[in-house]
Amino acid sequence: MSPRVIVLGVGNTERGDDGVGRTVAGLLRDLASDRVSVAGQDGEATSLLMALEGTAVAYIVDACVSGAPAGTVQRIDAHEAPLPQVSSDLSTHGFGLAAAIELGRALGQLPPRTIVYAVEGTSFDTGTPLSPPVAAAAAAVAERIRSEIEADLA
Amino acid sequence: MASKTIKVDYLARVEGEGAFKVVVRDGAVRKAELRIFEPPRFFEAFLRGRSYMEASDITARICGICPVAYQMCAVHAMEKILGIKVDGALRELRRLLYCGEWIESHVLHVYMLHAPDFLGYDSAIHMAKDHGDLVRTALRLKKIGNDIMNMVGGREIHPINVKVGGFYKTPSKRDLQSMVENLKWARDAALDMVRFVAKLDFPDNERDYEFVSLRHDKEYPLNEGRVVSSKGIDIPVEEYDQHFKETHVEHSTALQSHIVGRGPYFVGPLARYSLNFDRLTPTAQQVAREAGLGKSCTNPFRSIIVRAVEVVYAVEEALRIIASYEQPDKPFVAAEPRAGVGCAATEAPRGLIYHRDEIDADGGIVHARIVPPTAQNQPTIEKDLTSFVAGWLDLPDVELQHRCEQAIRNYDPCISCSCHFLKLDIDRA
Repeated sequence: MSPRVIVLGVGNTERGDDGVGRTVAGLLRDLASDRVSVAGQDGEATSLLMALEGTAVAYIVDACVSGAPAGTVQRIDAHEAPLPQVSSDLSTHGFGLAAAIELGRALGQLPPRTIVYAVEGTSFDTGTPLSPPVAAAAAAVAERIRSEIEADLA
Repeated sequence: MASKTIKVDYLARVEGEGAFKVVVRDGAVRKAELRIFEPPRFFEAFLRGRSYMEASDITARICGICPVAYQMCAVHAMEKILGIKVDGALRELRRLLYCGEWIESHVLHVYMLHAPDFLGYDSAIHMAKDHGDLVRTALRLKKIGNDIMNMVGGREIHPINVKVGGFYKTPSKRDLQSMVENLKWARDAALDMVRFVAKLDFPDNERDYEFVSLRHDKEYPLNEGRVVSSKGIDIPVEEYDQHFKETHVEHSTALQSHIVGRGPYFVGPLARYSLNFDRLTPTAQQVAREAGLGKSCTNPFRSIIVRAVEVVYAVEEALRIIASYEQPDKPFVAAEPRAGVGCAATEAPRGLIYHRDEIDADGGIVHARIVPPTAQNQPTIEKDLTSFVAGWLDLPDVELQHRCEQAIRNYDPCISCSCHFLKLDIDRA
């Protein structure tokens, strides 16, 4: 039996480069099947954790700001290291991806393979599209995830 | 130790940007300030010039955790202007949507934000390592609240299915029935939640508050009722402005509210519970008694128990609504706009919200005023700190600071909503 795979694109398409996760999910929509689910999320941690429940492999794509050039892609194996800049200061609303991953880890609920693709964003203005370097990175990330899923299912 | 400053520059596990400062001189608390520096958000100005039909979607954006209370307050105010009465299954569906919001908001606060204070953890993540089952229960309970929001409101955050007169689309009886098994589990889980939080250690801090909440003839208040207080106010919402005033203070971008001629007051679960115990379901009353609560509660640290009791109520109310639901023929009551002024108040998880809206003959919004719960509670939070810190001055600074933060989190403050809020600053000099 092949593993159950989930692709989660996190972000807001109305806020410029914050939409990169959902854009990647859109590019991979054709992979959706009884073994692969592809979904967009706004990044609210409890919903995110619930979405990961029962899956064997998770690819999570989100925008990040680390100071690197726009469009820079970081591939992070969540079982190897925590996501950078995890704050333990959870607020009612600001309980995001990194906190969700750490909560999942504490609960032993992270899928056995959890890969996070973080794409460096530059513009997060309301109502703007992805910036050109981030749009290019979205296409590249989608192809990398597509290849990884093919190997997962092989 | 006679003089010190307790200062927190950024308060955690609350929503929004705020700080806190207490100044102690000669062993007495001289000043306590809750500084809200979240930028003003201008929602009232955004509404001006927009159609009355847009108010529910714009006001839903005020808050990601209690959007229902804001949007419902807006539509109720508009419906008063238009002369629409929404009742029957549509009114019940609105209450169901509130139940979803109360469940997801209260469960998040009780387990993920406030319980770590009582159990001695920095965050829910640290707590999860030792109390995995608690956190797993919290996640499942919260999801059940979110499921109601999805089903009735169209999505979990900032629901899009609410409109003046009712809804854009109503769920079928079968849709709602699909949630019953989960809600039955949630009722047991919520009862366990009350029993668990009742065993926490509570500081012995009580004050003589003036509680303010809605009160309805038959129901525990969610969406409507008279505005009542524990010291004699009992008015229709149209008279709110005669009794409650907002003022600006220099250290806060949120306006502060007072009762005219009396001063600070208290909105939220403790107020609702103390003014409406007789409107809770028998099961919720029973478990509250088991948890050691009387018919009223004036220890704000025990608000965590009251929130859990309100989750029991919300789950039972959701089950009641679903059991008797029949899908209405039409999803909304239609009406033409007309010029007028409408006022409404509803109960967000954090407390009473007041709206006053004025529209013109074409339905354009001329003026809007929104009074959120955290803005109303802000002076009371400062009074709590002034009062409580005096008894905690012998505590080491780290513990004193933590106790202050916990006291603020008693209110589950939503600073973003109130900005029109947190950091901690204790000045012992």
